[in-house]
Amino acid sequence: MGKIDVYPTTAWSAGTGCHGGCGQNLFVEDGKLVKVEGNEDHPWNQGRSCPRALAMTQYVYHEDRITEPLIRVGERGEGKFEPISWDEALDYCEEKMGAIRDEHGAESVIFVQGTGRDIGGPITFLAYSYGSPNWVQLGLSGHSCYTPRLGAMKTTLGEFAVADCSQFLEKRYDDPEWEAPEYIIVWGQNPPNTCPDGFYGPWIVDCMQRGSKIISVDPRNTWMSTRAEYHLQIRPGTDGALALGMLNIIIEEGIYDKDFVEKWVDGFDAIKERAAEYPLDKVAAITEIPAADIQAAARAYANAKQAAIQWGVPIDMCPDGTAVAHAISCLWTVTGNIDIPGGQVIAKPAFGVTAYPFSSEELVELYGKDLVERMNEKRIGADIYPMYKHFRGWASPDVTIEQIETGNPYPIKGAWIQTANVIGGQAARAKFHYDAMKKLDFVAIVDLFHNPTTMALADIILPAATFPEKNSFRSWWTPMDSIKKRVQVGECRSDWEINFELAKRFNPEGLQRWATVIDYFDERMEPSGMTFDELDAKGGWAMSPEGPGRPYRRHEKGHLRADGKPGFNTPSGKVELYNKSFESWGMDPLPFYTEPPQSEASTPELFKKYPLVMITGARSNLFFHSEHRQIPWLREKEPDPTVEIHPDTAKEYGIYDGEWIHLENDMGHIKRKALISLKVKPNHVQTLHGWFKPEAEGAEPNLFNVWDYQVNQIIPGPQASKSGFGGGQYKTTLVRLAKISEGGA
Amino acid sequence: MAKYGILIDTDFCTGCHTCEIACQQEHDYPVGLNGIKVTEYEYKLANGKVKIDCLPFLTDLCDLCMGRQAEGERPSCVKHCQTACMKFGLTSDLSAEAATRPRAVLYTHTPK
Repeated sequence: MGKIDVYPTTAWSAGTGCHGGCGQNLFVEDGKLVKVEGNEDHPWNQGRSCPRALAMTQYVYHEDRITEPLIRVGERGEGKFEPISWDEALDYCEEKMGAIRDEHGAESVIFVQGTGRDIGGPITFLAYSYGSPNWVQLGLSGHSCYTPRLGAMKTTLGEFAVADCSQFLEKRYDDPEWEAPEYIIVWGQNPPNTCPDGFYGPWIVDCMQRGSKIISVDPRNTWMSTRAEYHLQIRPGTDGALALGMLNIIIEEGIYDKDFVEKWVDGFDAIKERAAEYPLDKVAAITEIPAADIQAAARAYANAKQAAIQWGVPIDMCPDGTAVAHAISCLWTVTGNIDIPGGQVIAKPAFGVTAYPFSSEELVELYGKDLVERMNEKRIGADIYPMYKHFRGWASPDVTIEQIETGNPYPIKGAWIQTANVIGGQAARAKFHYDAMKKLDFVAIVDLFHNPTTMALADIILPAATFPEKNSFRSWWTPMDSIKKRVQVGECRSDWEINFELAKRFNPEGLQRWATVIDYFDERMEPSGMTFDELDAKGGWAMSPEGPGRPYRRHEKGHLRADGKPGFNTPSGKVELYNKSFESWGMDPLPFYTEPPQSEASTPELFKKYPLVMITGARSNLFFHSEHRQIPWLREKEPDPTVEIHPDTAKEYGIYDGEWIHLENDMGHIKRKALISLKVKPNHVQTLHGWFKPEAEGAEPNLFNVWDYQVNQIIPGPQASKSGFGGGQYKTTLVRLAKISEGGA
Repeated sequence: MAKYGILIDTDFCTGCHTCEIACQQEHDYPVGLNGIKVTEYEYKLANGKVKIDCLPFLTDLCDLCMGRQAEGERPSCVKHCQTACMKFGLTSDLSAEAATRPRAVLYTHTPK
């Protein structure tokens, strides 16, 4: 036994799989990771950790990990791969992608990522070096994960904002500047189970322990909602109506922040008029929340000295998710809860360093205006949806998959898929995606384990490193962190390293000034005044000093605008609730509500056949999306995919607890184990997404039993709103329950 | 009498399973063995509303992380608890503290 060294680093997928941010200590013995513990010196998690981080040794050294580049030798789907060297693998990618670029243009290769991992940085770097504008969360209908919310915030506030749990202050809860929010509206999220979008979920619980009261907007009974002062048990997909209804109460009753509105808000009268279209009785009927509860919650939020809103993906997964996010951002604006302690704190990447681009401005900063504008010309969906053209730089996932089928206006021939299990994970209409992607001439996949997507599609697989095995950096939002390599597993390489090497082959002249990926990190991190190694030597994290990157009340101090004047970073200098960007893009400048595409009101015939609303996409602490089912310590705690069914509903269908059943609609059916539970209302069922069985046969047609369990195969495709952002039907699809006649799973 | 124990603030256990994995990692327990197990309780209140509570239980396999204590470290479950609802200490201190909490469970524990 050798000596054990302990190294601090920062978790950001792969490994934990999540959006990352936790300081972790790696215990390394003879070059091997033997233990992971939370880092008590890191302000993010202050020593705490999570099941996935603590099970890292089982992940890193799992016998099924892909540890060398693999090339397909049989037919696609046969599961026959052979190891090759990195040089051969990169040569092969260069040759295949080069040929597509020569024949069809670089736009004919799409670059696919999943959730907010450590991928957005390296994948845009590779896509733009190759010359393709088509960076996409393929399958995620309506890009309904955070981008709708980011778009609404950027165009009204000129900034992004998050619930203030003291995360921008080194001393955290002990900093005298910080005050706990009196109320936190936890809107469509289950914080104890999830750390989304640069936010550590348990911070909400920390605030509760420091006096914050909760207003929970959740269709389910959860640990948090059952502790809330107000639990608004909303009908899925009606969040826009609730937000506008609360806004109307706050304005009508005159309990908004008149000084703030007078000084800093543009378009208040227009908003007031729009909100008046959502009177309390109408909103109560739409949302199925008692009117008195809506009113009481609106009053509590508005009358609090400071209050915050922490929101989740159901906002984006409403029809017109961008409009819903706009409506909610009106709430924190009219109540003056912007950039005050315990309110909605303005969130900027630490030191202005971009690790994962969240806006068009950041892309321009990284890649130059010319390139970004050129990229707009051929980006899929940019000609249909103005927001795709003007905000952030994604290609539209819904249009992309159609274009693979049709070849119009230009053919899609290849895909670079980076740690995204499209078929077993995010793709609504999963079978349609499977069929369409089978037609691609070339598919390269970077991943850590086989999954239904690697098995069905990969021509070549490049083995990615977990966070203890890689160098990277993180600035989402704060602090800026270094992720430092401490162990090596097989031939695995970091996503940055893989993309950097391949990008150099496609753009040797443009990239020659960086010899190594660390040189490139150093350039990106330049605004901090630190190099990658210097940051690591300091303990691996640092926060922005006083100025634009540090709260509070930056709009009063002139920290937000390029001209240094007080105000917000918008043309008027005010928060533009009347959204002039939306107006210029042909969208409604004011927020509005639309009924879910499937519901009793919008599809009464379908509702008669399928009377249950299926809620999917909730988070488990044990698994991140479609990952981690092969990790023994994690799988032990949740061995099977379950569906929560109210006891009355189970009785009506004659289903017993633990029975394997089908959830079905016109798109097909999936298998689930019944979990009879009071967490759901009788007319709802709730089930987790991302299920396949890594222990089952991988080769086709089986694909790890994905077609038995992949819930997204019965979730329909896009409901294109005008913005193109938002509206994936992951929370509002209608289903019914059915007995499995042959029995058992 | 048990010298050491673990105090759980039962209002704040969210059932996140962190303590369970922390224990398995610390002791290198295979699947099926654990020094701590979390249970979730869902029940109705008199007003018809639903309540969800969670609570960990120390099993016979819990050794209060004796090895860590020797290094001046808290038990792994206590250190990593995501809501900091667990506290390790002398049972005499913890029982006094328990009396100040609205709802708590004190496990006095003697490793077997």
